[in-house]
Amino acid sequence: MSGPSVPGTASDITTSSVDPQGDWDAIVVGGGHNGLTAAAYLAKSGMRTLVLEQRHLVGGAAITEELRPGFSFTTFSYALSLLRPEIIQELDLVRHGFLPLMMPSSFHPTGDGDYLLFGDDLGQNLQMIRRHSAYDADAYLRYHHDLDQVVQAVQPLFDNIPPNLFGSDPQDQADIAWLLGHLGTLDKKVVHDAVRLLTGSAADWVEDYFRHPAIAGYHVSSGIIGSKLGPMSPGSGLVLLFHKMGEHDGHLGSWAFHKGGNGGFTQVLARAAEAFGATIRLDSPVEAVLTRDGRATGVALRDGTEIHAPVVVSALDARRTFTQLVDPTELPGDLVDAVSRTKYRGVSAKVNFALDGLPRFPALPDTVDHFGGFLNIGPTIEYVERAFDASKYGWYSERPYIDAAVQSVVDPGMAPPGKHVMSCFVQYAPYELRGSDWDRERHRFGDATQAVLEEHFPGFGELVLQREVVTPVDIERHTGLSEGNIFAGELLAAQMYAFRPAPGWSQYATPIDGYYQCGSGTHPGGCVMGSPARFAVQRILADRAR
Amino acid sequence: MLAAMVATTPFHERLSTLNDQHLYTHWQGYLSALRYSHAPKHEYFAVRNSVGIFDTSPLYKYRVTGPDAERFLAGLVVRDVRLVRPGRAAYTPWCDDRGFVMEDGILFRHSAEEFVLTSARPTLAWLEQHRHHAKVEISDVSDEFGMLAVQGPRSRTVLGALTDVVNHLGYFDLATGEIAGAEVTVSRTGFTGDLGFELTVPADRCTDVLDAVLEAGEGHGLRPFGEEALNMLRIEAGLPLVDVEWVDSTLAWNDEQRVTPTELGMGWMLKGVRDGSRRFIGSSAIRRELEEGTSRWATTGIVLDWQDWNRLHRHKGLLPVKDEIPLGWESWIRDADGQQVGYATSLMYSPVLQRHIGIARVRPDLAKPDTPLQVETTILHTTELVRATTTPMPFFNPERKVAKP
Repeated sequence: MSGPSVPGTASDITTSSVDPQGDWDAIVVGGGHNGLTAAAYLAKSGMRTLVLEQRHLVGGAAITEELRPGFSFTTFSYALSLLRPEIIQELDLVRHGFLPLMMPSSFHPTGDGDYLLFGDDLGQNLQMIRRHSAYDADAYLRYHHDLDQVVQAVQPLFDNIPPNLFGSDPQDQADIAWLLGHLGTLDKKVVHDAVRLLTGSAADWVEDYFRHPAIAGYHVSSGIIGSKLGPMSPGSGLVLLFHKMGEHDGHLGSWAFHKGGNGGFTQVLARAAEAFGATIRLDSPVEAVLTRDGRATGVALRDGTEIHAPVVVSALDARRTFTQLVDPTELPGDLVDAVSRTKYRGVSAKVNFALDGLPRFPALPDTVDHFGGFLNIGPTIEYVERAFDASKYGWYSERPYIDAAVQSVVDPGMAPPGKHVMSCFVQYAPYELRGSDWDRERHRFGDATQAVLEEHFPGFGELVLQREVVTPVDIERHTGLSEGNIFAGELLAAQMYAFRPAPGWSQYATPIDGYYQCGSGTHPGGCVMGSPARFAVQRILADRAR
Repeated sequence: MLAAMVATTPFHERLSTLNDQHLYTHWQGYLSALRYSHAPKHEYFAVRNSVGIFDTSPLYKYRVTGPDAERFLAGLVVRDVRLVRPGRAAYTPWCDDRGFVMEDGILFRHSAEEFVLTSARPTLAWLEQHRHHAKVEISDVSDEFGMLAVQGPRSRTVLGALTDVVNHLGYFDLATGEIAGAEVTVSRTGFTGDLGFELTVPADRCTDVLDAVLEAGEGHGLRPFGEEALNMLRIEAGLPLVDVEWVDSTLAWNDEQRVTPTELGMGWMLKGVRDGSRRFIGSSAIRRELEEGTSRWATTGIVLDWQDWNRLHRHKGLLPVKDEIPLGWESWIRDADGQQVGYATSLMYSPVLQRHIGIARVRPDLAKPDTPLQVETTILHTTELVRATTTPMPFFNPERKVAKP
């Protein structure tokens, strides 16, 4: 793997340059959405907080870049759903420009020239289903209700720091009692549904409701996002449930597109953090966390500068937090084992387009409504499963699954008038290719993606002004996410909740006093959610109060 | 076959082709779209982030001309008409002689002696009855014009492609421009609290003008929006609506339904009333109200406590409701002791502000910003009190709304 080599003990690094304003209470390593969120909460609590970001812009994997004049690309992350509403309020984000534009529709070509188009009107959605399958219409109602009930049941786990299942002090015992108490209140059908989702495949779950292959295909796709799983793989049910945990304006599983893309959102976070008093330093890659006698004392930058603070918070993933920023030999062996076993296995790529005009779906020639949200290009479960197959053997899909959005339809500021930007999240593109590498395959993969779009939107190729292919290797290279995994560690049951990032270390502390973790590699996980950082700061403040 | 009782506006023929929902209300006898697409929120966001158009033609329009026009109107409406220069427009309510609000509208001053007053209700008889010996001509020109609101941050860019006039209009300015060969009054007015314009268009030219606006809006995310989106937008803007925030005093059954301009939050336009330098219908009663401090209510914004709202819902096993469609009824406002101290007339979840907001009327001593109150609501068959605080309106007030071009 690439990235900086593991340094010796961090305190081995000697340097003469000391930050002149080095009077910090807390340093946050990494200016992605969790790093910024942590910084905002820390600064809000009165701590003098410094964010160190390696790149020339904040945002981490949530950035917007003008790769072509007037065209704003969401290079990596491209929409909001799981952002916890509490964070919007507690950090006063609206005052700093938070503007989530709803994506009220969802479009699913069925592969035969026909389509499913869902919107805000339930009755119209039911008729859309009935047009394809009368049986599936009331199944649709039950499906969403059952899933919503599981979301409600799981939400308290999602919205609280996980108990330390292996702890024995009174607080741990109380936390475990709370968890068992909550589980004890749940209805048996809801519990059973939850287990089916958490352990089973998205396909099994979805096919318990739907008969029509395209309707099943539409509902299954959120089960594979960011994961080296096919819809038929056990475990994809958990990923499906995870993506339903989001909400906007009181609607579960709904999505929004932030004004200016997710880079627009992280700019809002940065403004909020600065308004609370945090300082953000760009172009400041951290080489190592400094420790003395088992305590964090600050960080060393790659250029040798040392900056000191009693609290250091890593917003990086577990691999970097525990085996790169600090010397793993100083950590407990079981933690290092668990971290080294953590599965990343990025399989997601982005193919972003600047377009000369709107793509044309032949069956809907005169409307833009189907571009008001996500375009789900993966007509059936079988199609998506076949796209997955290649990745098992170290190769990318010849006919990939695509989650696309013409963002400039929702936010015209993203492209010049009449022109468009289209973000395509594409699977499967495994991090490691067998017998080749991404620099050689990048172009072909872009072509494969474009060929699929051409099938559904004839003439698509003529609209392309520019194409950007972002492979898992690029994701790792630019954001530091190990193996390009968009969730900073796969959403596998064994890597969730009290096991995220490692058993016994799910409460944001580390074995090094004063060193904390707040990235998506901690509970509740990836997506632009902010909860890991919010919980981490709760933990930091609780420790300081002790 | 029955005669068609419901009328259509001059924009309807074209606009209806853009409406795939066919949900209409009857606004003063005209078909008025509730929404154009499955998601009124999409239309709402068009206004807040790009540009939307709204057919506001069913407003009544009265032309008042003549050498006494200014004096006549100054003696009629609450706003000081003498301060409205030619080329300016002004929002104003008007009252009965007891100082209770009847209606409101926009007064457009085209020249020294020519005004147009819009109104949500028929108002010709009332205007005529107060004319007495004034040298004015009053005519109902409602059917001669359609009105199209073009609202949102891109409204100036879109209209700027059709007429340069918009590039010179300050907030509440108006001018004559030419769009699609038609002479159009362009005013920087609207009911959305955003940057926006309204086009007053000769009825027979409405389709041409609309087509030009639609074409200019291509690539800018222009969408027509309906009454649902408008209602969200106007509440965020803190703009009151007749029959929601108050009842026309001449049609009300009792004084509980009536409000004075002060009670409606329009005390700021009463300059010159207290010292008697300005007289209009109802001004004597308003003067007494001001002198004796007899206002029963003050209008204020309220913001619901989000944590309380979430807690009350989650406690009942419900997802916290965040409905941007305003409640269709009033909610009681109580103080810390549970005493009723007011009522909320419009209550909604604001997607832009991510908070529940409301237009409320409270006891005047409780209207200071950040006064803690409680709003009564029902959650799952039981009455609950949600913490709320008062806040100044508008709730949403972007700089672009009033910024100089």
